[in-house]
Amino acid sequence: MSASTLVRPAAEPLPGTERDELERLRVLPARHPGRWIATAVVAVLLAMVVSSLVTNVHWGWDIVEQYLTWPSILSGVWGTIRLTLAAAVIGFGLGTVLALMRLSRSPLLQSVAWLYIWVFRSVPLILQLLLWYNLAYLYPTLSIGVPFGPGFHEFETGNLVGKFGAAILGLGLSQAAYSAEIVRAGIIGVDQGQHEAAAALGIPRGRQQLRIVLPQAMRTIVPTSVNEIIGLLKGTSVVYVLAYGELFYTVGVIYGRNLRVVPLLLVAAIWYLILTTVLTIAQFYLERHYARGALRTLPPTPLQKARWGALVGWARLRRAPIPASVPAGWASANRTSGHLLRRGSTPSRRDQGGLA
Amino acid sequence: MTVTTEREGLVEVHGVHKSYGTLEVLSGVDLVVKPGEVTVVIGPSGSGKSTLLRVINHLEKVDRGFVAIDGDLIGYARKGDTLRELKEKDILRQRTRIGFVFQSFNLFPHLTALENVVEAPISAQGRPRSEVEPEARALLERVGLADKADARPRQLSGGQQQRVAIARALATRPKVLLFDEPTSALDPELVGEVLDVIKDLARSGTTMIVVTHEIGFARELADTVVFIDAGRIVEQGPPAQVLDHPAHERTKAFLDKVL
Repeated sequence: MSASTLVRPAAEPLPGTERDELERLRVLPARHPGRWIATAVVAVLLAMVVSSLVTNVHWGWDIVEQYLTWPSILSGVWGTIRLTLAAAVIGFGLGTVLALMRLSRSPLLQSVAWLYIWVFRSVPLILQLLLWYNLAYLYPTLSIGVPFGPGFHEFETGNLVGKFGAAILGLGLSQAAYSAEIVRAGIIGVDQGQHEAAAALGIPRGRQQLRIVLPQAMRTIVPTSVNEIIGLLKGTSVVYVLAYGELFYTVGVIYGRNLRVVPLLLVAAIWYLILTTVLTIAQFYLERHYARGALRTLPPTPLQKARWGALVGWARLRRAPIPASVPAGWASANRTSGHLLRRGSTPSRRDQGGLA
Repeated sequence: MTVTTEREGLVEVHGVHKSYGTLEVLSGVDLVVKPGEVTVVIGPSGSGKSTLLRVINHLEKVDRGFVAIDGDLIGYARKGDTLRELKEKDILRQRTRIGFVFQSFNLFPHLTALENVVEAPISAQGRPRSEVEPEARALLERVGLADKADARPRQLSGGQQQRVAIARALATRPKVLLFDEPTSALDPELVGEVLDVIKDLARSGTTMIVVTHEIGFARELADTVVFIDAGRIVEQGPPAQVLDHPAHERTKAFLDKVL
């Protein structure tokens, strides 16, 4: 092995024959043997799980199927949805107000908001729920009127704050403490230049927040908020301590009677899965909405992806050009090999055949 | 009491002092800009030129001294022998008479170019959309971006963004325009298009104060060039005097470095 056979002078081009030969070779992607082994392992594990789900009779799938759409279960699901919605509205409405208070220049508003958040984050939710439910014990009647003066109208606390009232008060007020911090973090995250530009233009302060700052803050607020609402959705199950007819309490009542504990817990789990899925889809579209301005082009929706995928696939099958309705960037990013088929750049069968 | 001027937009800065903590950034600045004149402020970085501009529309409070536009105090009102800071609402109203163009554009990224321009006239001045929108489109056309009305800032180049920002600053029909290093954040090949727009405005008779490092621009357009260093105005005068025959050593040293 002499050095001269190993070192080719740098400036010398490849000989013409070798060049032609290399040019004709087929180009293949890299092999990933590790990936195949990992896929096989995961597939086996998955098959084991599925088979045990099917073959183990204790899961009681027939019971699950029977109870999944049972009227009292459905009304429990509705109870859970109602609680989640009401608590989310109270939580994020009050939370936004608290966040703006904490960011205001008034020391009084700042301290009140801080105090609220401190108290409601410190006391366990289940304890708050029981306290609200027992409000009638503390204050048998509530009245509207002049502070420390005469009242105009009096209510029985028990009538006003029933199970549902106590539940949404407990869930909503404690949620507000967490939401406040999420909203505040979002507002702080908006570039200082945005506040300055709005101020320099003379835009009124309320409008600055609503039109300029909050929409931009939403981009960071939305993902964490959906997380919180999913937490809230499942958190509603704590309300069983008030014997309010939400999903978890309803399931408990039924298995208390028929003793089919596992199948009924599965029913509840499936419903929580479905509701969380709906929220996750909502999150995608919300995030996409608030990404306007932050991204040059919005990510495609699953529907768009499906439609474009089908169009591209169909076009490939027929070896026809890809329709112009498919964005160029998307089509090229998702092509597997060969030419990007688009109208105008006429690809041909001969090209591909020649390479094969 | 009332100073009769042919045109509006007289800017007066008198004895302005401003400190951040122990650092004094403006130590007694006096500056008068006559209506319709273009004043270019130059100086080393950290000399206080941006702060001076931000004091003029009260984005910064002062420690002493005052700013007046057409004889009205900006940001303060006289109470006996004190100057009391105005309520935010009143300051915001005053700012609609002063256009401000930022170095980093600060367009609202979630709004289209047109929405950026119409926002302040509608929400700050309470003018009807039907009147504001055609005017905003005309402004976008004036800065050469009529076809970009529906684009969002991220879809525009830096030069285009700054031109939209200029259109936005003009939308409230200000008497005074302040430019804080309007081309410093731009790629060199985009500087020209923004300067062209500013030159066009300079001829329209609006009072302009421009902080910039573009000495060529100062030479071509300025009625007055102001050299500021260490929080003081070192010298001021017509460009031919300040740029070509500076009287002070510090001005000479600075110009030697940038030219």
